[in-house]
Amino acid sequence: MSARTNGPDLLQENVGVLKSRMGTFYPGSHVIFRGHDLHADLKDMDWVELYVFGITNRRFTKEQLRLMHSIWTYTSYPDVRLWNNRVAALAGSSRSTGNLGVAAALAVSEASIYGRGIDMRAIDFLIRTRRELEEGGDLTECIRKELECHRSIAGYGRPLVNGDERNRHLLALAQSLGLDQGPHLRLAFAIEETLLSGRWRMKMNYAALVAALGADIGLTPREYYLFMFPAFLAGMQPCYVEASDRPEGTLYPIPCADILYEGESKRSWLGRKESAKSADHKKTISNR
Amino acid sequence: MSNSEKPHTIRSRIWREEPEHDNPFATRAAYCRGYDVYGEMLGHARWVEMLYLLFRNEAPTASQADLLEALAVALANPGPRDASVHAAMCGGVCGSTAASSLMAALAVGAGQLAGGHEVFLAMEGWAECGTDLDAWRQRLAEQTAIPGSIWPAQEHPPGFDPHGVSTATSVKQTLSCLASCSSGAYLPWLQQNSSAMEAAAGCPLALSGVAAAAFADLGFSPEQGEMLHLLLRLPGAAAHALEQRPLGYKKFPFGTVELENESIKETA
Repeated sequence: MSARTNGPDLLQENVGVLKSRMGTFYPGSHVIFRGHDLHADLKDMDWVELYVFGITNRRFTKEQLRLMHSIWTYTSYPDVRLWNNRVAALAGSSRSTGNLGVAAALAVSEASIYGRGIDMRAIDFLIRTRRELEEGGDLTECIRKELECHRSIAGYGRPLVNGDERNRHLLALAQSLGLDQGPHLRLAFAIEETLLSGRWRMKMNYAALVAALGADIGLTPREYYLFMFPAFLAGMQPCYVEASDRPEGTLYPIPCADILYEGESKRSWLGRKESAKSADHKKTISNR
Repeated sequence: MSNSEKPHTIRSRIWREEPEHDNPFATRAAYCRGYDVYGEMLGHARWVEMLYLLFRNEAPTASQADLLEALAVALANPGPRDASVHAAMCGGVCGSTAASSLMAALAVGAGQLAGGHEVFLAMEGWAECGTDLDAWRQRLAEQTAIPGSIWPAQEHPPGFDPHGVSTATSVKQTLSCLASCSSGAYLPWLQQNSSAMEAAAGCPLALSGVAAAAFADLGFSPEQGEMLHLLLRLPGAAAHALEQRPLGYKKFPFGTVELENESIKETA
């Protein structure tokens, strides 16, 4: 499609019709999902398996799927303080719907300091750096350039603490599944070692570990980004449920005095209007 | 993370509230940038003045308010053919919640084709190139990509219509109107240099490009322009979502999917 010439003719060709390799449903009959009958060929697929099949059109081993499940499980925290979870909880406290609250919380998870923003940067950096090293590049130089571009290395250091409680559990699982020997994971550790021995002192966090495992499974950055979408999901519903069960409006209520105002002092809107009118009047007279 | 002495406070340079004597959670007076909102602005301030004041530290001049209002009218309804409004109507037509229709419009209208991020990128152009045509030519010739970005790679110069043949009359009318009421430098310059800019971009100017110049003339940052563009296009999405609701899905185009699969060739 991208090779086609843009313009109204291209739009006209596509009016009302989509040529799709992905699938369609035949009401009352059957559904095609990436070339397969969903209720016949794919009916026994595990949900995560179907999810990544939909993204990649590839099948994964039992071990890889087990790891993918746990990547989501280990980072589902029902802690209302976390910014995305708090959105779901505020929706509950404000008596909005669960779907709206959780959908907004997932959207918010595409943040620049955590979630999808970091996931994309982390996997991009690992894949790019591995390629550069294979071409004879120097790791310290790659890190320096990345720091120059982004002022941080995605997946190292952490907004709240330096260190990550999730890593040892996921690493242990990856080891037990024989998925801990990939080149991107080795690179992720080499980056950590360089960062710790240098002046940066940043430990690897979950984002780099999971990005490395994802790249070693063979996911492209876009596939990985889409795969990670529900990563925090299971922690959100508990926050919504609890806030909904509490009296309405009692999730982190803020008294007027807790706005720490640092702006302009009190001033008069009407006085401003009067002086603007007066200035305009003088301007008109001087223009005559 | 937060103020260590008072960990529950929210810092703001925009908003201050005074509580009622009998309830610390009820507002007796609210001040926006120092102006008494309910005691003085209400009934005297235009909506666009309030909008401008929320984003900028000072109230707009009369001409700035006029420009923002004209821009708000131009952006208010992208129309039912627009992808963001189409998304909102998908919510309305099946009775989804009001908020979900607006969330759908925001998500789709956030992108790099006529959306908020296109305005952001175009505004970066104004910040970088200003009224230097050669700088624009150089920028428009390069498609910059930030490694590891959540945003897809740009497929056309931001602010221009990749499927356009010539500048749409509605775009020309908007540029003409906004340029005439702008006290900034960019809109009048864009009007004078639109042919050269379009030649450099290889496609005609789009409404998003005019909006970006207007936001830049008003002194907004690219982040502020992106946010305002998202906000100002919502009225049409809301109205069209509501309009479709009673009509129902049977009167809304469902489209056709033609499967492209070598093993399975069927048409739904």
